Amino acid sequence: MIPSTDYIRLLPELILIVFGLLVMLIEPLLGEHNNRKGLGAIALMGAVLSILASFYQTGYEGAAFFDMIHVDTFSIFFHVLIGLIAAVVILASFEYLNLQQIRYGEYYGLILLSSVGMMLMSSAVELVLIFIALEISSIGTYILAGFRRNAPISIESSMKYFLLGSFATAFFLYGVALMFGATGSTSVYTIATTLAQGATPLAYVGIALMFVGLGFKVASAPFHIWTPDVYEGAPAPVVAFMSTGPKAAAFAVLLRVLFATEAPGWFWLIWASAVLSMTLGNIGALVQNNVKRLLAYSSIAQAGYILVAFAAAKDIGISAVIFYAAAYAAMNVGAFAVASHLANVGEKYVTLDDYAGLGRRAPGLAAVLTIFMLSLIGIPVTGGFLAKFYVFQAAMQSHLTGLVIIGVINSAVAAYYYLRVIVYMYMREPQRDVPVLKMPFALGVSLAACLAATIYLGVLPGRILDYAMASARVLVR
Amino acid sequence: MNTAVIHPFILSLVTFVPLGGGLLLLAFPRRDRDIKVFALVVSILTFILSLHLPVHFVPGQAGFQFEVNAQWITSPNIHYHMGVDGFSMWLVLLTTFLTPLCVMMSWRSVHGPVKEFFILLLILESAMIGVFVSLDLFLFYFFWEATLIPMALLIGVYGHERRIYAAVKFFLYTMIASVFMLAGILWLYAHTGSFDFTVIQHAIQSGSLQLGSASKWLFLGFFIAFAVKVPMFPFHTWLPDAHVEAPTAGSVLLAGVMLKMGTYGMLRFNLGLFPEEAHRNAPWIVALAIIGIIFGALVAMVQPNMKKLIAYSSVSHLGFVVLGIFSFTTAGIVGAEFVMLAHGVSTGALFTLAGMLYDRRHTYEISEFGGLATSMPVYSTFFLVTTLASIGLPLLNGFVGEFLVLSGAFRANHIYGILGATGVIWSACYMLWMYQRVFYGTFRNNANRALVDVNARERATLWPLVAAALIMGVAPLIWTRAIEPAAQAFVSNDNTAAHMLPGTPATRSRAAQASLELHESQVSGQ
Repeated sequence: MIPSTDYIRLLPELILIVFGLLVMLIEPLLGEHNNRKGLGAIALMGAVLSILASFYQTGYEGAAFFDMIHVDTFSIFFHVLIGLIAAVVILASFEYLNLQQIRYGEYYGLILLSSVGMMLMSSAVELVLIFIALEISSIGTYILAGFRRNAPISIESSMKYFLLGSFATAFFLYGVALMFGATGSTSVYTIATTLAQGATPLAYVGIALMFVGLGFKVASAPFHIWTPDVYEGAPAPVVAFMSTGPKAAAFAVLLRVLFATEAPGWFWLIWASAVLSMTLGNIGALVQNNVKRLLAYSSIAQAGYILVAFAAAKDIGISAVIFYAAAYAAMNVGAFAVASHLANVGEKYVTLDDYAGLGRRAPGLAAVLTIFMLSLIGIPVTGGFLAKFYVFQAAMQSHLTGLVIIGVINSAVAAYYYLRVIVYMYMREPQRDVPVLKMPFALGVSLAACLAATIYLGVLPGRILDYAMASARVLVR
Repeated sequence: MNTAVIHPFILSLVTFVPLGGGLLLLAFPRRDRDIKVFALVVSILTFILSLHLPVHFVPGQAGFQFEVNAQWITSPNIHYHMGVDGFSMWLVLLTTFLTPLCVMMSWRSVHGPVKEFFILLLILESAMIGVFVSLDLFLFYFFWEATLIPMALLIGVYGHERRIYAAVKFFLYTMIASVFMLAGILWLYAHTGSFDFTVIQHAIQSGSLQLGSASKWLFLGFFIAFAVKVPMFPFHTWLPDAHVEAPTAGSVLLAGVMLKMGTYGMLRFNLGLFPEEAHRNAPWIVALAIIGIIFGALVAMVQPNMKKLIAYSSVSHLGFVVLGIFSFTTAGIVGAEFVMLAHGVSTGALFTLAGMLYDRRHTYEISEFGGLATSMPVYSTFFLVTTLASIGLPLLNGFVGEFLVLSGAFRANHIYGILGATGVIWSACYMLWMYQRVFYGTFRNNANRALVDVNARERATLWPLVAAALIMGVAPLIWTRAIEPAAQAFVSNDNTAAHMLPGTPATRSRAAQASLELHESQVSGQ
């Protein structure tokens, strides 16, 4: 008999599943040319309810379903974060779908269902469940990437993501199998006690293979090749979603797997991946003229910064990861939301030249995008600044001076290409006539939310940081 | 009202009133006149508020004054810690003094969206004041980086032809250099658990924090960030570009205040935290400073562009500041601070004057002018006084600082003093030569015949600058009274450290002697 508290510990996921299926069920009943905004509203309600349910869970921390999931401050944080990302993306999609003539309500359903996977990833403490959650989250995003069905580039994006993604999850599964072979268990905590008595070579290989799978999801080098192509082709709001949600979830899994199991031999793996991601991401971004590709490379580099905090280890490192994930979600979703609005019908306007003179044509939008760019650079008063600061501070506390120096140099190099966007918006004359649509209400709300979060994290980070620290302590116990 | 009540709040007020004004401006309708008037009111209000500082400053008191220290973020341990000593107080005053003038000189010369210009100007003022009053390293870095964006935008949006290149170059140079300082700050935090300047300084002095081999790298990390900002030779190449392309107000704030952030940082952090390393590295730093003095002056001499000439003269003058700081004498350090202030006023005035000429003729080329003394007599007089102040004519502000610096440098090493002193000669050469080419002789271009002389608004901008230059030259004691104790604190702190360093015969009595001679030099300065 499963106690009823177990269901509360799964409540956010259950709510999302119900609403996701509801959207799917209503969809066929709607006429072909009807607006899908109603479905969006239902999905939004689902996302908001699941966020509330996550807050409700604070009174019900503990294990559930035969120790397969674990509700703690850590999981609640990521539940809320993923819920918020989903809600903001749904809001940003309202007008976008109309504009691009995408009349498929499944869009909203898929966002909710893949959020289920991401949420489960953050609370699962059992490797097989983690794998299933990973698949749930991935399959939704594979389909979402191909939603601009008239654009071949979108199909290409979906296909690429699907093929490489399945390959990567296979690696993860392989790693899980080897880990099971090495320790005789798939539960994170049992693995931890077994590994504490000494690790076999098999366990090292298992960790490495699992890292390959998760490294793909977070787009860290050397598993990042897919990122620019997929981001370029996928619908802009979907990119906002999949560049933050699955990333946050995969980082949550990485934190659990690496730190809760005290995994052996991970340090140099993370170290090398962090350095590679930062360097390759930033160098790649320097020469991009397509804003979506530029943000894709930037997201590789951002993953690198987060990995720096991983290398820092233990509580401050973990709390830095958590804080960074939140700040990154706010600024990146915001940046992609602006890009999706400017892209216009058929995502025609996505190059830097199209952004020229935006400061005069749409001063408000340009100012908002500027703030997101400044946050991505890491300029004070924004969440991005504090996030980077914590990451490097955590690494320095662990005496990783070399890594910090590589990191700060990288963040200085990165300033160049983010600054280029600002330069184009304010200092260049427009090359051709690029229409800017009126800001729809829903998108305005989602942008305001991202902006507020970015500034809030930059000025009053105290509460979130304390919470991140508390979550980190849960993990390292 | 008991003014002591506002002591704990005054620094926060001075720092954030401009920012508040800037944010209010956001909500203003685009009526340019209202915006300008409001910006002027806010900046003057800030100046009046900042006058509270010198009025209530207690010169003899050790340590920082008007301190405010509150926990901002618990983990990591970041404090909202502000305070001023004699150095930073006057730099704050310099900032608040120049900003209203910048608003006035930009009255008609903003090429672009007016509202955003004044918002950026006010935000920039807040950030610059924040740099000078911060006593928490995190807060310092926070404001330090925050100055970058408004300045880059001022150059990039409102500048001249090659503005984008100049803005990006300015931004990248400073950003790349300052991340090394960030690494240094993080290292210090990792080993002391505090970002607080006073805590870290105490930890280093008391020996509870052993820097060991890291001290060299820490010193260099901070130094490179500041050296690029100053800018010292060979990191100076961004400066002429930025100045030539920047709008007048941008140039004034850049030369007047932002460059001083670099020298202030050297004084506060390089000398304040790592005196031993400062001594060890002084020879090559002084060498670079002297190269900067001479090289800046020589390059200034051959510039065909007036603004570039003034920009290179800044390189030369800031060389004096660095020379003074690394002479490790009270006279040298007081002189360095005084040069900073004097340079802020006189170079600010020079850029203002050049900007006025640009408003009329849309060029900075010296060869375009000639004979202006006939068509613009009042303007020419203002320019002459400013030129003489910049050269360092006695009774004007430039003289006091350079004299003190050179006497300090001379005491540290004769060669330093001798080489540095040539800079004074060079500056007379390039400034007077430029003056001659622009104002005397015949009209080489007929457009110059009909130029209108300065109007009332422009006079109102120039008078405070010229008056300040004169007062600083005649009564430097008003300033040095507060600066000197701070400089002595540096020298004595430095001597305790120097004891540990073999082969440096610096003693306390020598510091006392230096301060004695400082008084003598002040007398002769008057």
